Amino acid sequence: MKFIDEYRQGDIAQKLAEQIAQLATRPLKIMEVCGGHTHTIFKYGIEDLLPENITMIHGPGCPVCVIPLGRVDDAISIAEQPGVIFTTFGDAMRVPGSKTSLLDAKASGADVRMVYSPLDALKIAKKNPERQVVFLALGFETTAPSTAMTILQAAKEGVENFSAFCNHITIVPALKALLDSPDLQLDGFLGPGHVSTVIGTRPYEFVPREYGKPVAVAGFEPLDILQSVYMIVKQVVEGRAEVENQYARCISRDGNRKALEVLFEVFEPRDYFEWRGLGSIAHSGMKLQRKYAAFDAEFKFDVPGLRIADPKACQCGEILKGVKRPWECKVFGTACTPETPIGSCMVSSEGACAAYYNFGRLSKIAERSV
Amino acid sequence: MCLAIPGKIIEIVDAENSIAKVDVGGVRRNINTGMLDDTRVGEYVLIHVGFAMSKIDVHEAEETLRVLKEIGDYQAEFDEFSTSLE
Ligand code: SF4
Repeated sequence: MKFIDEYRQGDIAQKLAEQIAQLATRPLKIMEVCGGHTHTIFKYGIEDLLPENITMIHGPGCPVCVIPLGRVDDAISIAEQPGVIFTTFGDAMRVPGSKTSLLDAKASGADVRMVYSPLDALKIAKKNPERQVVFLALGFETTAPSTAMTILQAAKEGVENFSAFCNHITIVPALKALLDSPDLQLDGFLGPGHVSTVIGTRPYEFVPREYGKPVAVAGFEPLDILQSVYMIVKQVVEGRAEVENQYARCISRDGNRKALEVLFEVFEPRDYFEWRGLGSIAHSGMKLQRKYAAFDAEFKFDVPGLRIADPKACQCGEILKGVKRPWECKVFGTACTPETPIGSCMVSSEGACAAYYNFGRLSKIAERSV
Repeated sequence: MCLAIPGKIIEIVDAENSIAKVDVGGVRRNINTGMLDDTRVGEYVLIHVGFAMSKIDVHEAEETLRVLKEIGDYQAEFDEFSTSLE
């Protein structure tokens, strides 16, 4: 397929990896912020290609993995109200709340449906005017404009039985929180590509400026990732720290003006938003503006809104910060598996624990830990 | 969840409501192009949850591939260079 296959050529990947090995003269820890990158790295075994002294740390950029228990409970409580059709992306179905998941709620009779796009949820609302249709809106700035566009369309068409339960989050406050965390040791970042189609590369410029760390904003094919790792290693070796754009075919420095406009039209920042594993981060969440309250599930429904601590056994927080690796969690692969996830890193295929588990990297891990 | 996929615009279905038909590896579907300025048939866009997020810049795509290959070629040259030392 055009714009996919040409970024998957194995011979070039091999050569890139050799170049990286030649450049990297000391151990480096590089974080890929985005869950999409984590997925590519595991699917194509990129860690096996890279030299031993380069460690990829799988960051917090999977919105399904960072949604806190309390918000999942809230979503389930909305889904269980009589007359509600609750719509969500497939990934979110299995995310455990404090007691159950949306999938469990569906099994016990709640009308929970999987959608590909928020527009599909709006369609369901138009087809079922006597029911309340709620869309579980989650994701970074990549997905948030789509929710915003859908709400604008619902407002335009006067679809009163449609609302969104908004859990959208923003990447920059999370990055700042990570960079400020005292136990973090990273040498550079792969910047999230799809988020940047919306926000551009400019918002990352504080990372080299204030923290002296290089950033390469990366595409999602294996060669994209390898080239971005190469860019970061080269920056480190040459003593530079700047934001480089590896994914110039899709993103610019300033991002997508129209998408940003709809974001600002519909949403405003929350004072605080809770991230699973990372705790509360100021201005990291988005909520609907008051003028769109008619489409805000938090206004339409009573939700418990409780803060629930992460399960004790779960070390997602350390894993998201790169302080621990998944296999160092005591319940990894035993009590916690993709079928019975305890922590959210085990849920989505973009989560670090699930990625290690699913792609059979266990032999590799065993080798490295002896 | 945050994945996106490149597709080719094959038809402007409804210009007023920004609906276009795209082809992704033979599968066709209507998407919303309201976040982009004037999309045209034949252009490639990056699609996420039913919306076009950005146009794919063909020139930049070629440039990235050129750089990728160049890094590789340098390796071949370097190999020759290092073997010729012996
Ligand atoms: S293995 Fe499970 S419990 Fe442990 S950190 Fe990963 S997701 Fe959390």
